[in-house]
Amino acid sequence: MLENYFPILMFILVGLAIGVLPVLMGWLLAPSRPDSEKLSPYECGFEAFEDARMKFDVRYYLIAIIFILFDLEIAFLFPWATVFKDIVASEPMRFFGFIEVAIFLTIILVGDAYAWAKGALDWE
Amino acid sequence: MDTLMQFGTGVFGTAWPAVWTLIKIVLIVAPLMLGVAYLTYAERKVIGYMQVRIGPNRVGPLGLLQPIADGVKLLLKEIVVPSGANRFLFVIAPMLSLAPALAAWAVVPFTDTLVLADIDASLLYILAIGSMGVYGVVLAGWASNSKYAFLGAMRAAAQIVSYEIAMGFALVVVLMVSGSLNLVDIVQSQQKGTFADMGLNFLSWNWLPLLPLFVVYFISGVAETNRAPFDVAEGESEIVAGFHVDYSGMAFAVFFLAEYAEMILIATLTSLLFLGGWSSPVAFLPDGIVWLLAKICFMLLFFLWFRATFPRYRYDHIMRLGWKVFIPLTVVWLFVVGIWMMSPLNIWK
Repeated sequence: MLENYFPILMFILVGLAIGVLPVLMGWLLAPSRPDSEKLSPYECGFEAFEDARMKFDVRYYLIAIIFILFDLEIAFLFPWATVFKDIVASEPMRFFGFIEVAIFLTIILVGDAYAWAKGALDWE
Repeated sequence: MDTLMQFGTGVFGTAWPAVWTLIKIVLIVAPLMLGVAYLTYAERKVIGYMQVRIGPNRVGPLGLLQPIADGVKLLLKEIVVPSGANRFLFVIAPMLSLAPALAAWAVVPFTDTLVLADIDASLLYILAIGSMGVYGVVLAGWASNSKYAFLGAMRAAAQIVSYEIAMGFALVVVLMVSGSLNLVDIVQSQQKGTFADMGLNFLSWNWLPLLPLFVVYFISGVAETNRAPFDVAEGESEIVAGFHVDYSGMAFAVFFLAEYAEMILIATLTSLLFLGGWSSPVAFLPDGIVWLLAKICFMLLFFLWFRATFPRYRYDHIMRLGWKVFIPLTVVWLFVVGIWMMSPLNIWK
């Protein structure tokens, strides 16, 4: 079983190599004549006003937190969805298997509705 | 085939399985890279014709050597590393962006036997490795130390994670109806059904019973790859080129490769999950890899078509579409499919 994963490891290494090789070749073949104007960060020809490591909108942070919540939920749903056909097929488990997940989803959706009502998903 | 195996064992000894795997990887990656190169050509040609222009036609017959000329040009351009940039992160960001876009192909099946790594968790693997692509974008934007790049990276990251949720829910429903995480099984489960028995296989594929999810999955895929009309992360008329504004030469080319490899991956996954993969649309024609390639090209055409016809979305509209339309829609459809499967009308026995 585990030997099936060996090609994946090799593929990831090959993928990294294909990322590294062009940059390395570009480094070797392309000219390099830096000057201070060329190396300044691009700001439409102006002198850079200040450092770019500045404050940013807190909404991005909020989106990231809500994303983690939903992504975890999807991760929890994956095993259930995989065996859902078996759950449907087995008579005693049918409704239990579905309603339990329905309750789980509803709890998350109530939280999402709260975030929505509070305006966490709005951009203006 | 046997003689090849014996020859290989004779030359490489015990290292032969690793070498053989490497050969197979190259056999996947080389056509993929060629596909990426000619997708850029096709994009310019298709959009050109849609706008009543000719598109590239100078380099080689019909401009067919244009991608190669572009590659050589990029290779000979200086790689500028801005003075304010974090050098290490700046250099590895394009590699981190390309590696996941390629590594996901390890588990993609081309026919029921033609698959490099036939693992049971292939869909989970694709979901996991697909999420890694956002790191390259965020690191590139942050490491450049340029305001445009930073804004572009923040936008791209928020957009990618938002649409990933809608995609994830769509995948959950596909799993419910196919009962396996293995992509080969998912395709095979689409080959049976009432319509398949009548010889009309294409009506048994997942796209018809899961039509809203098919649409949501593909549009989310367009948003995930930051393609038009969701390309505010690059928005050349406002933040110049977004996260890769300070990249040049081959470092830029690697980002470019990653974006197009990701597009082909999304088109392939859509074909496998919703359009029956390598199955032929009607029963009297044989199944085969040709069908998969045709479906991939068909889905890729949509990427180009969208770009040629839709104006760019505003950022708040993109976020509203993701969070307030797609996520509720997919969750509702999850309930609908769940109840459908428990009712006597269940078509996925």
